[in-house]
Amino acid sequence: MSAPWQKNGYEAVIGLEIHVQLATNSKLFCSCANQFGDEPNTNVCMVCLAHPGAMPVANAEAIRQATRVGVALGCRIPETSEFSRKQYFYPDSPKAYQISQYDQPMCAEGLFRVPGEGGFDVRLTRAHLEEDAAKMIHAGGEGGRISGSAGSIVDFNRVGTPLLEIVSEPDIRSPEDARRFLTLLRATVVAIGASDCDMEKGSLRADANVSIRPIGSTEYGTKTELKNMNSFRFLERGIEAELERQLEVVLGGGSIEQETLHFDPVAGTLSSLRSKEQAHDYRYFPEPDLLPVHQTEAGLVELGSDLPELPAARFDRLVAAGLTEPTALALAVDADLARYLDAVATDTGDLKTSANWTMGEFSAHLNGAGLSANQSPVTPERLAALIALVVDGTINQTAAKEVFGVLVEDPQATAAGVVVDRNLAQVGGDDALGEIIDAVLAAHPEEVEAFKGGREQVIGFLVGQCMKQSGGRADAKALQGLLRARLNG
Amino acid sequence: MSAERIELGPDEVRHVATLARLGLDDAEVERLAGELETILGHVATISALPIADVPPTAHSLDVAGALREDVAKPGVTREQALANAPDPSVDGFRVPPIGS
Amino acid sequence: MAAIDVIGLTAERAAAMLRAGECSSEELAGAYLERIEAFDPALHAYLHVDPELTLAAARTQDQSGNVGLAGVPIAYKDLLSTKGVPTTAGSKILEGFIPLEDADVVARGNAAGLVSLGKTNLDEFAMGSSTEHSAYGPTRNPWDQTRVPGGSSGGSAAVVAAGLAPWSLGTDTGGSIRQPAAFCGLVGLMPTYGTVSRFGVVAFACSLEQVGPMTLTVRDCALLQQVIAGGSERDATCVGLREPIVLPEPGRLDGVRFGVPWAELEDGVDPGIRERFDASLKLATELGAELVDVELPYARHGLAAYYVIAPAEASANLSRFDGVRYGLRVDGPDLRSMYEATRSAGFGPEVKRRIMIGTYALSAGYHDAYYVQAQRVRTLIRRDFDAAFLGVDAILLPTAPTTAFPMGARMDDPLAMYANDIFTLPVNLAGIPALSIPNGLVEGLPSGLQIIGAAHTENTLLRFGAAFEQAIGFDPVPPTLRGGAA
Repeated sequence: MSAPWQKNGYEAVIGLEIHVQLATNSKLFCSCANQFGDEPNTNVCMVCLAHPGAMPVANAEAIRQATRVGVALGCRIPETSEFSRKQYFYPDSPKAYQISQYDQPMCAEGLFRVPGEGGFDVRLTRAHLEEDAAKMIHAGGEGGRISGSAGSIVDFNRVGTPLLEIVSEPDIRSPEDARRFLTLLRATVVAIGASDCDMEKGSLRADANVSIRPIGSTEYGTKTELKNMNSFRFLERGIEAELERQLEVVLGGGSIEQETLHFDPVAGTLSSLRSKEQAHDYRYFPEPDLLPVHQTEAGLVELGSDLPELPAARFDRLVAAGLTEPTALALAVDADLARYLDAVATDTGDLKTSANWTMGEFSAHLNGAGLSANQSPVTPERLAALIALVVDGTINQTAAKEVFGVLVEDPQATAAGVVVDRNLAQVGGDDALGEIIDAVLAAHPEEVEAFKGGREQVIGFLVGQCMKQSGGRADAKALQGLLRARLNG
Repeated sequence: MSAERIELGPDEVRHVATLARLGLDDAEVERLAGELETILGHVATISALPIADVPPTAHSLDVAGALREDVAKPGVTREQALANAPDPSVDGFRVPPIGS
Repeated sequence: MAAIDVIGLTAERAAAMLRAGECSSEELAGAYLERIEAFDPALHAYLHVDPELTLAAARTQDQSGNVGLAGVPIAYKDLLSTKGVPTTAGSKILEGFIPLEDADVVARGNAAGLVSLGKTNLDEFAMGSSTEHSAYGPTRNPWDQTRVPGGSSGGSAAVVAAGLAPWSLGTDTGGSIRQPAAFCGLVGLMPTYGTVSRFGVVAFACSLEQVGPMTLTVRDCALLQQVIAGGSERDATCVGLREPIVLPEPGRLDGVRFGVPWAELEDGVDPGIRERFDASLKLATELGAELVDVELPYARHGLAAYYVIAPAEASANLSRFDGVRYGLRVDGPDLRSMYEATRSAGFGPEVKRRIMIGTYALSAGYHDAYYVQAQRVRTLIRRDFDAAFLGVDAILLPTAPTTAFPMGARMDDPLAMYANDIFTLPVNLAGIPALSIPNGLVEGLPSGLQIIGAAHTENTLLRFGAAFEQAIGFDPVPPTLRGGAA
């Protein structure tokens, strides 16, 4: 792992509770559409409004996706799972109970590997299905916050959306590791198509349980819960801030109170949402309106074999193929880009060069244009053709970048065609270069003297002049070699 | 049917009432305490039965769950949704402030 | 045209009359509506009647030509959602509530062409055994108006017994169809759990209840069960019938083995009820059946288990009544006071009692001792029945330990009220079917015989019921009606 957070003899103990909104067509227990952004209360029905006589019927696809996530994260999938009623009164919960899973969740314990040199394992406690709550729009009050408001309006569009709650053991030892763990977990869920995991839209939510303890201790300190951090950066900063706060309290002789906190990323401050001392009595019992879910050995095997390459495995594969860890990681968490690279590398037969181009020029172009890899006009075949021309020496790097620019602008252009059209073929061959060298050396006698006098660095200037003469098309390496030979000879 | 002696103090009754969001006045708390003591006294007889290794029944049926195909269907209109609302706003259900 | 005499008119006969063109659905519905107007004020069996709506529906059936059961009137317990028609569940908290959809059973009734006469009275949220816990006032027993009709489907029973509907639907969680059927001299069926859809039925205790018919005859019961039973996409616990319901023909009972749990009858049964029960047993042997002693040792713990499980589920099911989306709201300065004021004002004392018991039984510290333990007892009761059915075709018991008691007699003693269900609620706990048929009168009040079967043996129960019915020859029309009055 990255350097663990350790200060004044204390270490960080961090666990994450992650909610993933599954990408199904319909809600978990009714047939309303599972979609975002509708006008309030236009995506509802008798069931998700909890009218008298309404009954839930479980979405088969949600169960399938939840199982796939469990398998992808390395969880054991029990043969039977049950739905439970989790009871509490709040306007965002129309039945005054949430249908969740209590003692027989969809996915049981697992081990999630963050790979690489600084890699580490995080034990997963469980993952279970539950329905999302409604949205409350707080009227009045400052910035839409609850306290000081003049009541609220409830929008039930979101209620009943399928969520998978993934709980980790407190195995994480630094805010950075929390971010790395979440990044890789997110990439895994996205890779299998179970969710788009967009923190801004709320289809990925992460809460952190944070505590500190003396280094070497095996007991756990009192933990606080950090909620509603809606970006990876805020997660990391929020955990950092909370660790500092707890340290300050403890060093000052105080004790940590169990509470729920909110991190304000703008101000960088933590505030208490509610005290967890009055823990809810959820009065869980098995949901009588839903029958248990059964998994078969055969079904699970099929699900498992059907999964695409997962990020951790991709990372291992790319590192083994010779890419650096940072490159491998960037590709591991971006499935589209990784697929793109695979296609290019298969074509060119040169993974390293293909990776350099993919992570370099191509990624810059994607970022600038706001495109994903499969939306770019520069298809793997077109890039591969360009790379081939660089590798075989037809063009140099500078020219290649120019060609790339044209490939972006003009979807019809081919690399070879552009090279011809713009006369970008590298100036190479001893004769052509020899002529240029002659001209430059003749024009700069002082520099020649300087070089012969021991100031070898002027060769850079001379190379530059030669490049200018060649219109930027000279093969720089060959040039350097020839120049040196001439100057020394 | 034999009965057990169950004692419910007013605090406990109030606690249960709070869990259930039932507002009870003092007279009701006292009355309910007595009634619940009597009823619970009878139902508590099962607590003593030596049946700890009998699996509890959660469902009468011995079948696996009936599942629904993942197809989105139209529900009700907003107008219909708000038709029975005690305090509708233009587009939603109004509720009082959360308070303490 | 002479007014149609609907007193004692079975649905089967009414359907035949309609098909033969002897009368129209509009005339038939009109005849019931006249009687409702004249006699329901005293009985208070209906909560909601809309004559215009009924007659319009009847006319529609007439226009389509009355085939099958089309055009036959019916009454629905006000626990069943009816689209566009108020549904109160007998509670103030749902006063004025208009459902967005029909319950599945109502939709099936509509598809069969049945014409709704209205919504019948019930104990609030089906919690009770006398209909005295209705927030809208009690219903009177047509056999003796100083007495209760039973509950919670008291209104559904009274309308059929009083000739205010040919048949009706009730719901049964611990005996709420069978016991009022017994008190009112009717046939009532508690179907096998999971054979009739609960979608749109205001939930009391999900794992225990079913919708079922309340009728004048066993054949009518089978006819109505054919309409309502079957799988549903909107109820995950409704897996439907294993075999279609068959209309029974009366006959003998040769070779039939009836189990009788004599140990359960030792005390708590009125002498008159016991006498009628013994007479039924004798009749059974005369019809060729054999009587076998069976033991149901855990059945006597059924009451305790039931009064943990049912209130526990109910406490959760009734939490949705919070003044936010529908129903009564009593305002408060903040959310919690609104919740508490609304639910306090909206629920009656029996409902509050059960919510409290249920919440207590599920709360931290008591969950295992009460709720889980009760579910273990339930397993044992089911095993008792399963074992008994290995050796017998059906089990016989009185439906209720007494006849209809006077109004007010048990209101001060919840446990005495609960004791009404000692013979019926083990059936719900086990999820098996049971048929109640009248087996005579005790001092002028009807007594009921309960025939209990293994899961999915409705056809067997109906056949047995038809045999008893023919042999007993009970007249389901109260003498007062024969005299021309209500």
